[in-house]
Amino acid sequence: MSSLFANSHSGAPILLVAFCALAVAACEREERQFRPKPPEAALTNTIHMSPIQPGMPRLAVQTRNDYESNAHAVAQGQQLFRAYNCNGCHSNGGGGMGPPLMDGKWVYGSDPANIVATILEGRPNGMPSFRGKIPEQQVWELAAYVRSMSGLLAKDVAPGRPDHMAVKNPENETERMPPKQTGTPPSALGTD
Amino acid sequence: MPGKNYAGHRFSGLDQINVDNAKNLQVAWTFSVGVLRGQEAAPIVADNTMFVVTPYPNILYAIDLTKPGGPLKWKFEPQPAAAAQGVACCDTVNRGAVYAGGKVFFNTLDDQAIAVDANTGREVWRAKLGDISQGETMTMAPLVVKDKVLVGNSGGEMGVRGWITALDASTGKIAWRAYSTGPDADVLIGDQFHPFYEQDRGTDLGVKSWPPEAWKIGGGTVWGWVTYDPAANLVYYGTANPGPWNPDQRPGDNKWTSGIFARDLDTGQARWFYQWSPHDLHDYDGVNESVLVDLDYGGKARKLLVHPDRNGYLYLMDRGTGEVLYAKPFAPITTSTGVDLETGRLQYNPAAKPIPGQVVRNGCPASPGAKDWQPSAFSPKTKFLYIPHNNLCQDVEATQTSYIAGTPYVGMDVRMNAGPGGHRGKFSAWDVAKGEEVWGIDEDFPAWSGAAVTAGGVVFYGTMEGWFKAVNAETGKELWKFKTGSGIIGQPTVYRGPDGNEYVAILSGVGGWSGAIVAGGLDPRDGSAALGFVNAMRDLPDKTARGGTLYVFALRQ
Repeated sequence: MSSLFANSHSGAPILLVAFCALAVAACEREERQFRPKPPEAALTNTIHMSPIQPGMPRLAVQTRNDYESNAHAVAQGQQLFRAYNCNGCHSNGGGGMGPPLMDGKWVYGSDPANIVATILEGRPNGMPSFRGKIPEQQVWELAAYVRSMSGLLAKDVAPGRPDHMAVKNPENETERMPPKQTGTPPSALGTD
Repeated sequence: MPGKNYAGHRFSGLDQINVDNAKNLQVAWTFSVGVLRGQEAAPIVADNTMFVVTPYPNILYAIDLTKPGGPLKWKFEPQPAAAAQGVACCDTVNRGAVYAGGKVFFNTLDDQAIAVDANTGREVWRAKLGDISQGETMTMAPLVVKDKVLVGNSGGEMGVRGWITALDASTGKIAWRAYSTGPDADVLIGDQFHPFYEQDRGTDLGVKSWPPEAWKIGGGTVWGWVTYDPAANLVYYGTANPGPWNPDQRPGDNKWTSGIFARDLDTGQARWFYQWSPHDLHDYDGVNESVLVDLDYGGKARKLLVHPDRNGYLYLMDRGTGEVLYAKPFAPITTSTGVDLETGRLQYNPAAKPIPGQVVRNGCPASPGAKDWQPSAFSPKTKFLYIPHNNLCQDVEATQTSYIAGTPYVGMDVRMNAGPGGHRGKFSAWDVAKGEEVWGIDEDFPAWSGAAVTAGGVVFYGTMEGWFKAVNAETGKELWKFKTGSGIIGQPTVYRGPDGNEYVAILSGVGGWSGAIVAGGLDPRDGSAALGFVNAMRDLPDKTARGGTLYVFALRQ
């Protein structure tokens, strides 16, 4: 299509192209991919579970989850959060059987790759491992939604209304909670 | 045993502490159990030793009562799987151990029943009875009768299929297991089964009262109290809620969930069944204690059973036949209008039924019921039942949910609130024969601790703020109270020490479903947290913090 306009020498189509380009850029937030690939591949190089490293510190690499700027993907994550019974343990972010997700405490890291690793590999105190059970691309959508719960996503991307009975402020009205790698896994409340 | 006797009375014949001198109670000694989760266990006293089991990781302590200060005799660490914490619906609690014949028996969160030598602390046997990857856990206190250890599973929020199992007390081998759903052969229903009401008669109702295959993930777990009548050789226990909570996904009566079984101890064969809440709509587990009482009722001496249910009714039943003699509200109820004594059937209020996609408001009692697991006590002197209970209502929206093994299977969005009057709990005395409340004490938070009553006319219970209270069994007048380090959700134990004096022991350490906001560090901004309980408990973190300390009280000498 665009090549058709590019061959033209009249002014109007060029304007149209410019307008389209603008519109497309503005709509990235609403972009829908029909054969999506997981946004990041090389997970293992980027995960730091500890800020302490012997000797020269490696550069802290932060992963980027493109879905965090895509309202459709975040909305998908919101639906998947229920479909896979994540809400059964984490409620709507306040926690229950599992820890809260709407606060600033991240026991196993707040980086998107950390969250993806938590979902895929599970965690020893009760988080199930979903590797091989959920398409990886959906895991990244879930990770984007999880970060929206503590107000880390842009307000025009984070969900603005719940699909069900109101039990808290929607994600786009949730106060931004700066992530801190802190908190206690459940068994640490126990002994030894 | 936590229930004090087979009948579950929680009555102590001791009377050194009485209504006049209870004001002189003071701390004798304390002991930190080293675990900061909800402490629901009853301390058990036998052989001059106190046995206490903690929440996960289920450490069993033996404390020497013959020496000053209660030094540790031994401790036993069963080392249950850490992942079990992720499938425990309502905090990682344990409701206590039981002593019999030189052994201490208890369950671990990862589905093991364990027998430990009471003298040495060495393991005698352990039996693996369930699978955490299917969402199964164990939290209940066993009951040991003759050569049988009776245990049951938890996990009604995880699509678990409920069962009770009798183990051989000397080997841990399974003697019999009775499921709460499925074909009669699995439920141990045979030719001895004679339920009182028509609605419970038929073949394979544990299959037919469900959509196809749904009984396999239908709940009916057995995590509450078991009582035993030696004369009839029958055990009595309740079955928990059907799964999922969303009732539209399981049309039918969902037998044999939210009801009570009477079974032969030796064979496990069912004698009768009664369903408190057929096709349960509100997570009304039927596992609350069934206290066995012998009383004059209707002009005759009768063998009865009294049961305060989550659905808000207090049932008086003939424990031989399963006939309901009365079912009277002991708390505000909007979800039903009564129990039809002809058919035995609970009369639901259709306006309070959860509907998918709609918010149905102000259903009372809320899902934890007018009363949850917290056991009541019965005094043969006053003939009153002392009931710690809740005063909660809730808004709900049913949602479609899918069964994924090892994850929650609930399908209900919930936000709870204080019931009429604004107080969230109550402690009351109920005249069993008359069928009416005698007195009641409003509590700000749900009264989530058990009760114990004594021949001295004193009733003990604790509050979620941390107060441990002694009240007059006749009048409910407060005699004494002591503020412990954390909220109390445990079970008081009254015992005679080796020195001949009367003591009362209680674990302090908030948690459980009601205290999950503190024990689990939940976020109060999400009212649906902890299955909607957080909405009603937002101020609890301002009143108490996590704890795990055993307190023992005695009269000032």
